[in-house]
Amino acid sequence: MERQSRTFSVFVHVMALLVALIILAPLAWLFIMSISSNADLSAKPLHWWPEHFDLSRYVTLLSRQENSAGAAFLASLFNSLKVASMATLAALGVGIPAGWAASRNPRLGWSLGLVVGTYMLPPVALSVPLYLILAKFGLLNKVFGLALVYLSILAPFVTWLLKSGFDPIPRELEQAASMDGARLDQLLRIVILPLALPVIATALIFAFLLAWDEFFYALLFTSTQDAKTLPVAIADLAGGRVSDYGLIATAGVLAALPPVAIGILMQRALISGLTNGGVKG
Amino acid sequence: MFSERRNLRAWLLMLPLLAVMIAVIGWPLADTVRLSLTDARLVGTGGQFVGFENFAKMFSSRNFQSAFRTTLSFTFYSVSTEMVVGVLVALLLNQRFYGRTLLRALMILPWALPTVVNATLWRLIYNPEYGALNAALTQFGLIDAYRSWLGLPGSAMAALIVADVWKNFPLVALIALAALQSVPNEIRAAAISDGANVWRRFRYVTLPYLMGPLMVALVLRTIEAFKVFDLIWIMTRGGPANSTRTLSILVYQEAFAFQRAGSGASLALIVTLMITVLAVAYLKIMRSFAGGGK
Amino acid sequence: MRLKKTAALWATAVLGGLTPMIAQAETTLNALFMAQAAYSEDDIRAMTKGFEEAHPDVKINLEFVPYEGLHDKTVLSQGAGGGYDVVLFDVIWPAEFAQNKVLVDVSDRITDDMKSGVLPGAWTTVQYDGRSYGMPWILDTKYLFYNKDMLAKAGIETPPKTWAELKADAQKIKDAGIVEYPIVWSWAQAEASICDYTTLLSAYGGDFIKDGKPDFQNGGGLEALQYMVDSYKSGLTNPNSKEFLEEDVRNIFQNGDAAFALNWTYMYNLANDPKESKVAGQVGVVAAPGVEGVSDVSAVNGSMGLGIPTTSKHPDEAWAYITYMTSQKVQDEFARLSLPIWKSSYDDPAVTKGQEELITAAQKGLAAMYPRPMTPHYQEMSMALQQGIQEALLGMNSPEDALGAAAENSGL
Repeated sequence: MERQSRTFSVFVHVMALLVALIILAPLAWLFIMSISSNADLSAKPLHWWPEHFDLSRYVTLLSRQENSAGAAFLASLFNSLKVASMATLAALGVGIPAGWAASRNPRLGWSLGLVVGTYMLPPVALSVPLYLILAKFGLLNKVFGLALVYLSILAPFVTWLLKSGFDPIPRELEQAASMDGARLDQLLRIVILPLALPVIATALIFAFLLAWDEFFYALLFTSTQDAKTLPVAIADLAGGRVSDYGLIATAGVLAALPPVAIGILMQRALISGLTNGGVKG
Repeated sequence: MFSERRNLRAWLLMLPLLAVMIAVIGWPLADTVRLSLTDARLVGTGGQFVGFENFAKMFSSRNFQSAFRTTLSFTFYSVSTEMVVGVLVALLLNQRFYGRTLLRALMILPWALPTVVNATLWRLIYNPEYGALNAALTQFGLIDAYRSWLGLPGSAMAALIVADVWKNFPLVALIALAALQSVPNEIRAAAISDGANVWRRFRYVTLPYLMGPLMVALVLRTIEAFKVFDLIWIMTRGGPANSTRTLSILVYQEAFAFQRAGSGASLALIVTLMITVLAVAYLKIMRSFAGGGK
Repeated sequence: MRLKKTAALWATAVLGGLTPMIAQAETTLNALFMAQAAYSEDDIRAMTKGFEEAHPDVKINLEFVPYEGLHDKTVLSQGAGGGYDVVLFDVIWPAEFAQNKVLVDVSDRITDDMKSGVLPGAWTTVQYDGRSYGMPWILDTKYLFYNKDMLAKAGIETPPKTWAELKADAQKIKDAGIVEYPIVWSWAQAEASICDYTTLLSAYGGDFIKDGKPDFQNGGGLEALQYMVDSYKSGLTNPNSKEFLEEDVRNIFQNGDAAFALNWTYMYNLANDPKESKVAGQVGVVAAPGVEGVSDVSAVNGSMGLGIPTTSKHPDEAWAYITYMTSQKVQDEFARLSLPIWKSSYDDPAVTKGQEELITAAQKGLAAMYPRPMTPHYQEMSMALQQGIQEALLGMNSPEDALGAAAENSGL
């Protein structure tokens, strides 16, 4: 790196501070809103820091009492967990073999291209038939049905990510193993998987976050607590009795916690995944 | 013989993926095409074949034309801002300063925040009476009275774009940063010793390395922005005066609120076609860069 | 032979004894409500608890969505076998829901006691083409709320009786510097704006539809929008009204930032609650004003009913729940945020106590309720009209042209 003049260095530091502020300010405000009383939030001029911490919204949303706002919120949290896990596992199930095959046989590239091309499809292009199909099989408002629909987003994405992750794993290894007479499953288990594990872990996280984030299909295909996911629950909360801004903020904080925690903990893997051509939608 | 067996094996491995794709994408897509040629309703009767009537009606409708313009301008402004801000921040992150590792770590936060939470958060910030934006701007003396940010057509669009850029510029920055770090130090050093100035170094040494990854980011962000639904649904629902009603929202209204599955499907296909055209155009540009680039 | 008979008798007895046990197996109903205006979530949860205690074999799952999501959720759940068993529906949907067979026709389930006991105006909420598609539950219209202290400070003794007076009073309050924007409305691009517009349209004696063609662009309909635009431009109306829903209106009013507000029944007791409101005790309410020579008061029919979707597998239990929720006993007990549908409740001191002002306003307002058009294409017409209203408010179009375009786009 080149030598920096003093003014340039000051400039860089000021800009870095500014960027940090731009990123942090809205997030900090979300958290402050969640612990401020309504009086603080509707004061003019606005109180930027609550006079006393009000944690009642966390209590409300995390209460398990039957037929309460908290029960509804927690139900949607579990639905989100279930849908995202099911869809992610299924996507990896079809994506790992396909990604490996495509990585090893360039001639299959076109079929993978076709699969990745489906990324261009807007969800609205599939929504009406998906609705009718799910209705026909009784899968509307079912966690399983929504997970199935999410495969249409996750499977191509995961396959693509895995393929580009498998590419750098040297071919010679498998050739040597296959000369030694190893069967396909042995080859996969003993040689490929250990090397590919980091890539697979990255794909898993991305797929999970993608499913956690999805809103459009969830809005259309779920209606009750049996299957309603967190994004829909938050949208319902934000659109209804909007006078309690703190409650909306609290729901936001709680919904953001898992992905943000994953984001911070798995930073290195995520950034390398992101920049290796895999980009979260 | 050997390669044939390998080929068969490869296809077998692809099979589950292809089966799933046909079930959750191929079949619905084909059905969308069929529906688009009928006057089917969402619930109840199957609908009669009406040929291309839905398409003709859509193209000539005032709602479609305005939603198309809205979608284009949202896509153009938010994606171009994200690219520019993203590259600038990447250049910054590539400098030496205290807390660089921390700032890089922070970049992941907006990206990880769920879109729905992001939209809700910004709607609260923009609240005309109790929002943080009005409060901050008046307390710093930048505006003298509270304003309506989501209530006026121009500023509502700008407000949506800011919310979108805030969430997505870090992604572009991280991609660009990785590309910057792939520039070999020798080449950079050589350019410096050749006496190239900052701009020429950026243009001829750094940019070629940036171009490929940036094009990928550009394509993906453009497609994403063109499909935008959740951000707008939560922040404005297409208002005020339908000035932020994008194509995705229009499809939702047509197919689900008005329950006209047929014309909704035709509209959805038009949107798909537009995205395809955009993506192909980008790919063409990308190829030409790849030919002349590094 | 005899033995056989005895055995048979025994068998019947045993089976008969078993049947109630089987029937007692729990039925779970999904009920869809809105988290906006009228009864609060807590009210609905408490009422439901009462029902569950009386019917231990039935369990109710409550779902709350914003009003904006209510229609689409109901329609979309049609495809789902395990969708809703009870839904809250707005007065404007029975036409569409009847045509698309979304709701069960319950005309035969309605008893004579119900027919005679419920206010006739409430029945119009659930009827289309002579059939009933549910029970009325929320009997509601938009009232004019005012801040008594602010009016007194400006020297205004009685609340306005005409829209012209409202404008003059608002001007006085603004000139006296009591509050910057005296009036607040819910004019966001949503059904809420249509409710405010309908109130004015009824005051000016307009029509939505005449001979099957849109007519809101002429006469009273046009004057109504002109009044809105005029009030917006003159600075008497809070300019943020154009992005407000009912809850925003309540927030502004109970925060002491407006002297007048148009809103539903539920605001009266909430804005008078010191825990929620900074203007508790100063809240006045009257029926929305009229127009001299045309009308004395104005009102929109904003009532809502409870119905059973055709996909429900438990229509009998659902109906039991609906009759409980709409019963006079329950409605009288929870008469703070929404007034009962039952005639005799309005003479019951237990109901009227502490809200005499609201009851007086209701007797005038409910009698004058004006319907939004009954058409299967209501959604489309409403959206076109919402756009027209916003365009006129934002000055993108004159009221004439905006309504003209809305009429053309209304799908009628």
